[in-house]
Amino acid sequence: MGQGMRRIFSGLTIAAALALAGCGGGGTASRPDTAYQETLIQQLIDAKPGDVISIPAGVYAIDRGLSLEVDGVIIRGAGMDKTILTFKGQTAGAEGLLVNASNFTIEDLALEDAKGDALKVNEAENVIIRRVRAEWTGGPKTSNGAYGLYPVQVKNLLIEDSVAIGASDAGIYVGQSQNVVVRRNRAEFNVAGIEIENTQNADVYDNLATNNTGGILVFNMPNLKVPGFGTRIFRNRAVGNNTANFGRKGTAVASVPAGTGVIINSNDQVEIFDNDIGGNNTANVIVSSFFSAGYKAGEGASETFDPWPESIFVHGNRFSPGGGKPDGVELQALRVALFGLTGALPDVLWDGYVDKAKFVAGKPDPALAICVDNGAARVLNADLPNKAKNPKVVELRCKLPPLPAANVEFAGPIPTESRIPAAGKS
Amino acid sequence: MIRLFGLLLVLTLAACSPRALEPRFIDEGLPQDLADWGMVGVRDGRLILAEGAQAYELNTPLFTDYAGKLRTVWMPKGQAASWSDEEAFDFPVGTVITKTFFYRKAADGAVSPADGLKLSETGEGLDLSTIRLVETRILVRRTGGWVALPYVWDEKQRTATLKRTGQPIALTLARAGRSDRFTYQVPNVNQCSGCHATDHAAKALQPIGLKARHLDREVAVAGTGFNQLARLEAIGYLRGPPAQRPGGVDWLDEAQPLDARARAWLDINCAHCHSPTGPADTSGMYLTPAVSGPRLGLCKPPIAAGQGTGGFRYGIHPGKPDESILVYRTASLDPGAMMPELGRALVQDEAVDLLRRWVAAMPGGCG
Repeated sequence: MGQGMRRIFSGLTIAAALALAGCGGGGTASRPDTAYQETLIQQLIDAKPGDVISIPAGVYAIDRGLSLEVDGVIIRGAGMDKTILTFKGQTAGAEGLLVNASNFTIEDLALEDAKGDALKVNEAENVIIRRVRAEWTGGPKTSNGAYGLYPVQVKNLLIEDSVAIGASDAGIYVGQSQNVVVRRNRAEFNVAGIEIENTQNADVYDNLATNNTGGILVFNMPNLKVPGFGTRIFRNRAVGNNTANFGRKGTAVASVPAGTGVIINSNDQVEIFDNDIGGNNTANVIVSSFFSAGYKAGEGASETFDPWPESIFVHGNRFSPGGGKPDGVELQALRVALFGLTGALPDVLWDGYVDKAKFVAGKPDPALAICVDNGAARVLNADLPNKAKNPKVVELRCKLPPLPAANVEFAGPIPTESRIPAAGKS
Repeated sequence: MIRLFGLLLVLTLAACSPRALEPRFIDEGLPQDLADWGMVGVRDGRLILAEGAQAYELNTPLFTDYAGKLRTVWMPKGQAASWSDEEAFDFPVGTVITKTFFYRKAADGAVSPADGLKLSETGEGLDLSTIRLVETRILVRRTGGWVALPYVWDEKQRTATLKRTGQPIALTLARAGRSDRFTYQVPNVNQCSGCHATDHAAKALQPIGLKARHLDREVAVAGTGFNQLARLEAIGYLRGPPAQRPGGVDWLDEAQPLDARARAWLDINCAHCHSPTGPADTSGMYLTPAVSGPRLGLCKPPIAAGQGTGGFRYGIHPGKPDESILVYRTASLDPGAMMPELGRALVQDEAVDLLRRWVAAMPGGCG
């Protein structure tokens, strides 16, 4: 992670292109229809509130970015493996489909091989993305588009039953949004599987994040209008996210070590519970600050930016073995030094940064604590503030009050039942 | 007898002199023929302007693949725009703005850059024996707000027809020692909003160039020199300009400081999106005139640039143009990385060079 964690965490190359065949949900075997594009553009231009733009089953070649500006429109295909817009020959446009419209639903289609982002919804209210597949069909490549499903500055958002594959940044990226539900999606072979950034009140549950560099990310970036807080990550499977980082240098996600299950960076009030997390070769969970993404305090950041991850609660997850082959020679050396040749890093890796300015009477404020109360799961403090001089396993056993569920009316009730098996059962 | 003679005279004139342009405001519908607006038209091998369609140019124009642009603004009688110091002037319902995109004709069907042509050369119209017309965009202030309509010129250069879905046009641009094939993209009307909906939440379209700082310029048409703001006021199109004019910067004016020239270029090319209300506010990088520090991109890490970072860590790395995302993206032709995202298929080499020198001259660094 940057000059700090990056040096420690990175360097190890893990073969990326393993068994990519068959990861796609669709495929573009039939010859694409090039004529339909004109019809579709006309429909997007002429759309009126209340319209449904139905795209029949078929593979359609689109060579320029599409956009929609009208509120209250539904775009509906015949299924994410049946209605396929392929942007393979795209020559213009930074997105496959760019939407600046509220009360918008898109469902049952696929966007393949966009030159930039596949679907971007910028500045809107009440948005549903359902059973949509965003995929780069050539497997993970740095030259792939950045984001698969990319709502940003959206108030009231539901992304469900969708698939994102091959994004060179995040497969599903929710940025600068409020009231968000992300559920039952599959994110695979992206740098970041699912990323929640500068977003307030998000519930991320029942998703599968696998074969990404990092499975599920909760980040805060500086210089934006709103900080993110209040994200619940629960009932997900974040397993086997070991694809080598193929993000373009300079992006935030390029600092994520391969082999990360769930990573929090600079975000606050994050609750991670009731997930299956395992097989992530660096760590099942990483809690880190902006500093270990390679940036110095205050540098290039607005003064109001708070780089410390605070009020983080990790509990009740089912961790299966991870941390056995961390990304980066320094972390590898650390693993061997602390845990032996065949040992593994603990389930939770923490960079060790704490904001002493927020101490109360010389002690950390318990309300801002990082709490890991997860059975036998251990925490490694990498001691990055002291240049990793004294990394050690630490106890962070404490509890924080549960976060409220996200409030997205059209998402219906958010499940409250746990997936943790009752005692005595396996 | 006299009346009959008069009628004959009129008929004779109509038969041998071109029909005059009759500019008009059309409040509804989608006029299919550019001629319906009566703002510009082709007569005797020339693109001519209607009386009252006031031609203007900008201190620093938006780059569109080296196309020249002939801009006009027209208002119904007795109507005028209100002054604004910073924003686009507030134009009355009925205002019709046109922008005609054209190239110089070159050998073998190619075209050559026309963006250097000044109003002194174009303000009386365009000679179509040397000029190829590509499109004319109408921006009309209707009762319900501004509406953008792109018209594409036919190969015979006689009529321009509404093409709301946009159109790719294959062209070859001939320049000294080089020839580049590229696809000129007439935008579709949704893409028009991509730039002109400068308040991305309100989504209302706005003119971009018709701001005080872009228009405050001495020009000459038909041998007569005038200041454009003074001219607009004199013909009754502009109310309330202050005694002290704001000034403006021509990005090519080497007498101006490098910083002012670069900022003028960024203002007209980028700031309609990269502003606190524009669609690129998601990036946290604003390229509006008064911005400085990380907001301008100095030592600022990107937010969601994807492969647009080019592998670099900061929007602008002072002193290091070759490690600045801003320079990388303005020099890119990859749709997923290039900036601006719309409206060009070529790199504006001169602008990249200017930005490079601007960043190189910045003191300091990024830690």
